[in-house]
Amino acid sequence: MLSIQNLHAGIEDKSIIKGIDLTINPGEVHAIMGPNGSGKSTLGYVLSGRDGYEVTEGSATLNGEDLLDMDIEERAVAGFFLAFQYPVEIPGVSNMVFMKEAVNAAREARKQEPYTAGEFLKLAKEACKQVQLPLDFLKRGVNEGFSGGEKKRNEIMQMILLQPTICFLDETDSGLDIDALQTVANGVNSQRDPNRSFVVVTHYQRLLDFIEPDFVHILADGKIVQSGDASLALKVEKEGYGFLGINYVEEDV
Amino acid sequence: MIDELDLALDRKYEAGFVTDIQSETFEPGLDESVIRRLSTMKGEPEWLLEWRLKAYRSWLEMESPDWANLDIEPVDYQSISYYSAPKSMKDRPQSLDEVDPELIRTYEKLGIPLHEQQMLAGVAVDVVFDSVSVVTTFREKLAEAGVIFCPISEAVREHPELVKKYLGSVVARNDNYFSALNSAVFTDGSFVYIPKGVTCPMELSTYFRINELNTGQFERTLIVADEGSQLSYLEGCTAPQRDDNQLHAAVVELVALDDAKIKYSTVQNWYPGDENGKGGIYNFVTKRGIAHTNARISWTQVETGSAITWKYPSCILKGDNSVGEFYSVALTRGRQQADTGTKMLHIGKNTRSTIITKGISAGRSSNAYRGLVKMGPKADNARNFTECDSLLIGDKCGAHTFPYIESRNPTAIVEHEATTSKVSDEQMFLCQQRGLDPEKAVSMIVNGFCKEVFKQLPMEFAVEAGKLLEISLEGSVG
Ligand SMILES: Nc1ncnc2c1ncn2[C@@H]1O[C@H](COP(=O)(O)OP(=O)(O)O)[C@@H](O)[C@H]1O
Ligand SMILES: [Mg+2]
Repeated sequence: MLSIQNLHAGIEDKSIIKGIDLTINPGEVHAIMGPNGSGKSTLGYVLSGRDGYEVTEGSATLNGEDLLDMDIEERAVAGFFLAFQYPVEIPGVSNMVFMKEAVNAAREARKQEPYTAGEFLKLAKEACKQVQLPLDFLKRGVNEGFSGGEKKRNEIMQMILLQPTICFLDETDSGLDIDALQTVANGVNSQRDPNRSFVVVTHYQRLLDFIEPDFVHILADGKIVQSGDASLALKVEKEGYGFLGINYVEEDV
Repeated sequence: MIDELDLALDRKYEAGFVTDIQSETFEPGLDESVIRRLSTMKGEPEWLLEWRLKAYRSWLEMESPDWANLDIEPVDYQSISYYSAPKSMKDRPQSLDEVDPELIRTYEKLGIPLHEQQMLAGVAVDVVFDSVSVVTTFREKLAEAGVIFCPISEAVREHPELVKKYLGSVVARNDNYFSALNSAVFTDGSFVYIPKGVTCPMELSTYFRINELNTGQFERTLIVADEGSQLSYLEGCTAPQRDDNQLHAAVVELVALDDAKIKYSTVQNWYPGDENGKGGIYNFVTKRGIAHTNARISWTQVETGSAITWKYPSCILKGDNSVGEFYSVALTRGRQQADTGTKMLHIGKNTRSTIITKGISAGRSSNAYRGLVKMGPKADNARNFTECDSLLIGDKCGAHTFPYIESRNPTAIVEHEATTSKVSDEQMFLCQQRGLDPEKAVSMIVNGFCKEVFKQLPMEFAVEAGKLLEISLEGSVG
């Protein structure tokens, strides 16, 4: 479904992604690990079409369609979802209104009737419970005054409501305590489906204990330097990136 | 990204069309004979003519104010016609069915469903079309409660004692350049009187509209809430597209006697001019209320139109324990200029005031808040809280905050907070990543920013205001 070929991209004149090939089939879970600054977030931004990111070479298609040719919102309604590493606040815009507009935008693109307020409220309440956020979070401003963990749960709630086909989760596990981690993982697992795939960016094996990946890729300096199965993540956990010959300086995450 | 937004914001004014109604219009120009003719046409008593003439004479002595933060072309007062009336007004219609269908269609195009929704919503509508009121509904129901709601010209005839007592009692005839001009030449407007202890059974509303080339609009509104009474008044404006700048210099006076409450809400959507600022409305309005003991006056306004807006709805907190509130959203785009704010004059003890303003600037517009909080020597334990938030869209617009504080009472407390933020690329990206187009995203972020003010508006007005912002921010109307 998502096919990335020889992708080169960067910001302004700075090259960050330096030739990535990756094919993600329906139903698969791919974990991406790698040192800070290796380009993991950049990959998510490039695929979602964020302004300022230039693709200099290569291609990316989603279900055969040229992803790189679409506007941000077109990619979104086509099924590309990015869970942000650092979700921003939108003060005064209730989560509920925000998500209803978003879900209905996707429905409109699929020529489906928009949900009524009542229909949507029901779905939203369920999703809210699923990520174990109190229901009043639906009324609160988007991420407004949320703790780090609450923001990440909120990302997963949005994912559940939007029902995307490909979910790119950028360090959704960073900064979570073990309960929150489990909630997030349960949220993701509940959405695993033969027609939906996941790219899970993480530094930690512990997330992969809950969300079992089909493939693990190590990204370093804008390239995938090694791919393998779940055991590769275990090896990274034990040995760090040293065995790959990467000069890796641990930073605060 | 931001350029894209600029394009999106560059929409044409939706309400820009002209209604074809024949009018009886004075030749342009202003002198005492014009005022006499106007007064005679309206069948006014001698005292009012004298009052107008005195106002006119003081206006002649005054100078047009220094334009604060505005960049403005001088107004040629002799090129303005001071009276115009739709022809079909000769015989006042008794019901909406008798109203010129062209006028009704105009309102329908504006999405003001006079016929049904307004009535269903229980809103009494006093429509000021150009200068003369043409439709008044729900009069009987209001009369049952003893409420008087009528064109001010009618009040002059039917309730002269009330008009004489209160007209000019809050905004003096010679208060400022524009109030003097208004006092000299006002043509019509609304009059409201709520008797003692009565809560007005419905929200009262007026839609203003400017439709005649070169016709200055000089509405005069006078609202008197007698002791212990309450009312909520809604004012909404929109005007058709025009090539000439149109002057609007209204005066609104509110009198809240002991224990009375007046809530005055405005949604203003006048033609702001083209991309270069040509052809918009000049909006210079004097709005002021006086609150007696334990009374409360609350101004809420949503401003999206006009080439130039210059207005400071104010409260004189004369009585002990009286309360003044000002909630404002002002959106400027294109080359619009707004200089708005409020004055809270604390005279009585324990008086309290709250000022919450949200300024949104886009395009090359300029949006200024100017507020004065004055604590008089007798205003023991008076309190003011002011919060001014500015939101910038793009980097070619400006926002300015000018708070003036004068305190002559050491027990009074004045608090001021101000913030400036931008619609950030991160916020836009989040919205778009979730599937919203950029226009929708901006309007949502802006609506969120204004939430505190919108929640002060009556429900249906809040919905309208939200839509208005959305339309104002969209490139096309959907
Ligand atoms: N806005 C930016 N401008 C310039 N360089 C950037 C910007 N954002 C990220 N980078 C650089 O791109 C590289 C990859 O960053 P990122 O994708 O965030 O890495 P990761 O998510 O793997 O930690 C880093 O060297 C980082 O400094
Ligand atoms: Mg990152």
